[in-house]
Amino acid sequence: MFGLKSDWSLELPERYFTLEDYEGGVARWCPGCGDLAVLTAVQKILRDEQQPPEKTVCVSGIGCSSRFPHYMHTYGFHGLHGRALPVACGVKSRRPDLDVWVATGDGDCCSIGAGHWIHATRYNMDMVVMLFDNAVYGLTKKQTSPTSPRGLKTNTHPMGSWLPPLDPLCAMLGFTNVSFVAQTVDWNPVHLHATLREAHKHRGMSFVRILQRCPTYTAAVFEELQRDPSRLLLLKGDDNVAVDPAVMKIFPNQAEHDPSDIGAARALAETGSQGEKVPVGILFRDASRPCYEDFTMQGLGISAEDKLAGLKRELDKFAV
Amino acid sequence: MTGDTGTPVAAPLEAGTAVRLGELIVEIVSDSGEGAQKAGQALGAISAKMGNGVWTVEIIPAEIKPPARSRAGASGIRVRIGSGPMTNMGDEAGLVVALNEQVLYGRIEQRAYRPGTVVLLESKWKDDQQELIRRQYTEAVADFRARGLVVRELPLEEACLGVTSDPRVGKNMFVLGMLCRVCGRALEKAKEEVAFVFGRKGQDVIERNHRLLEAGFHFAEENVPERFEVPPAPRTTDLIVTNGNQAVGLGVMAAGMELVAMYPITPATSASHYLSGAIQKVGGVVHQAEDEIAAIGFAIGASYAGKTACTITSGPGLALKTEFVGLAVMAEVPLVIVVVQRGGPSTGLPTKVEQGDLLASLFGEPGDTPKIVMAASTLEECLLFPVTARRLAEAFRTPVIVLTDANLATGVAPFPRPQVTPDWFAPPVDQSAWDPAVEPFAWDPTTGISPRPIPGQRGGEYVLTGLAHTRRSKVAYDPDSNQRGCEARSAKLRALQSTLRPPEVYGDASGELLIVGWGSTRGAIEEAVDRARAEGLSVSSLHLRFLSPLEPGLGEIFARFAKVMTIEINYSDEPDAPAVTDENRRRAQLATLLRATTLVDIDCWSNVYGQPLQPRQIYAEIGRRLERGGN
Ligand SMILES: Cc1ncc(C[n+]2csc(CCOP(=O)(O)OP(=O)(O)O)c2C)c(N)n1
Repeated sequence: MFGLKSDWSLELPERYFTLEDYEGGVARWCPGCGDLAVLTAVQKILRDEQQPPEKTVCVSGIGCSSRFPHYMHTYGFHGLHGRALPVACGVKSRRPDLDVWVATGDGDCCSIGAGHWIHATRYNMDMVVMLFDNAVYGLTKKQTSPTSPRGLKTNTHPMGSWLPPLDPLCAMLGFTNVSFVAQTVDWNPVHLHATLREAHKHRGMSFVRILQRCPTYTAAVFEELQRDPSRLLLLKGDDNVAVDPAVMKIFPNQAEHDPSDIGAARALAETGSQGEKVPVGILFRDASRPCYEDFTMQGLGISAEDKLAGLKRELDKFAV
Repeated sequence: MTGDTGTPVAAPLEAGTAVRLGELIVEIVSDSGEGAQKAGQALGAISAKMGNGVWTVEIIPAEIKPPARSRAGASGIRVRIGSGPMTNMGDEAGLVVALNEQVLYGRIEQRAYRPGTVVLLESKWKDDQQELIRRQYTEAVADFRARGLVVRELPLEEACLGVTSDPRVGKNMFVLGMLCRVCGRALEKAKEEVAFVFGRKGQDVIERNHRLLEAGFHFAEENVPERFEVPPAPRTTDLIVTNGNQAVGLGVMAAGMELVAMYPITPATSASHYLSGAIQKVGGVVHQAEDEIAAIGFAIGASYAGKTACTITSGPGLALKTEFVGLAVMAEVPLVIVVVQRGGPSTGLPTKVEQGDLLASLFGEPGDTPKIVMAASTLEECLLFPVTARRLAEAFRTPVIVLTDANLATGVAPFPRPQVTPDWFAPPVDQSAWDPAVEPFAWDPTTGISPRPIPGQRGGEYVLTGLAHTRRSKVAYDPDSNQRGCEARSAKLRALQSTLRPPEVYGDASGELLIVGWGSTRGAIEEAVDRARAEGLSVSSLHLRFLSPLEPGLGEIFARFAKVMTIEINYSDEPDAPAVTDENRRRAQLATLLRATTLVDIDCWSNVYGQPLQPRQIYAEIGRRLERGGN
């Protein structure tokens, strides 16, 4: 409850934020678009945690899903296609006080921005990275994405896409210094919310792949998953996403999974990539991995006098 | 004394007399790894400490480990020592130490010498075990003499052996000692310098090098008849000695930059090398990104969050950064971009100089992207411009490109030590509350300038976007907003231009020919102009620091000269080449820009041999242009 601490003392902060404090205008996504559910979930988390809007920065690339910052009433950076992660890392590099959220599409992250994706994972800076995976390019009107299922008919592959899809979870679990990998679905708001909350709590780059319905271009891809929850595998356990028993009942398939076990995580991702037993929950978490901001923050807040003295010492080195 | 630009005359000298010169150019050439550069740098430093003007430039082969005794492998250093300030590498050297005859050929091919140049040549090859080498050496010496070089064959290695067991390691200090004697450098100063350079390596190393130094000095007393003197000029200010990239690094720190994001690329990298070891002293950090796109993205992210940031690169890196530069212009993110230009196009000539990125800097991005572009013309400006650029970037809420080039990056010379005051540094990030009534792009109708909210400022929340946007930074769906936004961003350049002064003309304010330059060619151009004017030619020059916006008053200045031409290091068609007409001629980059803005029929002379322009070449061109007439 608001203001009530665990020792039952009450501390009332000056400001209290309601959901409206995080809402930035009417979202212009298609009716039924999965992005809306993510937006609501993030706003709720910020409200629950009473995160000041001015201390929150939502960074995105370009795509339907990258419109995300515009619908938040926080600071936002709607930048270039594929380049959300370098910008987000730059924001964090010297401003550890800012809460950074990244919204990126499957084209944005796994295609044009794939190089940055690998390296941002390795930098492991404290932020939540939400991969809005609708298995297609939405904004540019239905081209094949790296995560499109094989055979998907798109405007660039009218006879069906040629190659098997890239699996973002398998990829992530192979990148050096990965520290948090989870998967959830937009159509289960409880699990979505709980997963993003866990991601937000983790210090490091928390990568959450959100299977996201695109009713306009890939309705069929997700319809079956949505209709038949037995295709999903709910990961549970002490260290996993905790959801209400009523919600857990929806998932016929459940498995205990310890997120510290990267081998088990890779096996789950591999099975899921075949389209059966698609895991939802936290696959991997390791809070001990180094975070790049611990290095880039060096010298933060050094006084002007010390700067001047440092510079003078440098100039002395070159003096004749 | 043979005058200010005199070449030493090689003549047997009586002991004790030295030829007094206004300047002397010395080279040390060798295979790479023989320490020539270290010796030359020390010679430069000693001269600077004695009060001479100095310009030092390394001679770098393209390969890291080229084959020994090869022409293409010529490695080493050129040190130009003068009585007054030296601003460029000058023309032919008067004195050269060559550790083998093949590398000397490499430099002859670059036209580094002229008849009369004194060559102190390692003679051990004469008795080499290989017949081929013995023959190459003997033939070369005869050929050098036929070309008018004054060759002194000296058993340098053998002489070193008396002092050290491994002459491969110590020969460079022996050479330095020799040069100190021949060039009239004080041995005591040299010993101080050597103690400073080897300070960290302990007393033993210092003493061994002192012995080599002294041995070289005495060896020259006995074996080299030539002696030169370049009297120093009285020094009035404190000086520092750096190369252009170190100067950029010092400037970045003096500007209070907190973040330098980069990806390695020659010839820009050494600026970041320097900063990586130094910037923590002023509380900053260097981020080596995964590529140039990420580097600028990272810097933009930091800047958006209120931290001053820059990125340092060269042409190919600038090309990759283009989309982000456009975003920084569109969304008005302050950012300093240092471009150390090299030869292009494409991977081009990575280690060589060119001024080929001017138009790419101005117009490289799709759409209208007005931004500030400035070019450093001296080492001192390499230091000062990042400071100015940081301020302009913040005041005008825009990216600023600072152009330097490989010539400045590798040139070393003394220049006045900047008197840094705390106001040079960026102020701390403003985190006070923001009045929500003030839009994030509250463009001033005349200047286009608007105050910028920083994350953390309560009430200032906005979403930066590269899409056309309103004053509220909302995605614009109306026809007017894009026009308004472009107008505001364009107005900023006019506003800046109104604060600039017309450039100063070097030489008479009117006359026959005006040469316009930009960037690292300034020293060479002005030296050539001096020479031409001394001979009565009516020529002046003008050097631009601001390329966008252009400095004001150019049209009026140009009107006072019968002919105006630019001299640049980039490609242009020769006017009299086959099939070149006035209409299809492709002109040098500044010429193109100036023609478009002033409507003056501006000519140009430029080339892309990858070499710094030398005063003699410019001087010759001035003569040709004045002869040719017309425009
Ligand atoms: C450099 C560049 N290339 C291409 C585009 C065009 N473009 C915009 S969004 C997009 C793909 C969007 O797909 P995705 O990232 O999956 O996001 P979604 O729209 O599906 O949410 C493309 C190709 C662009 N804006 N910039």
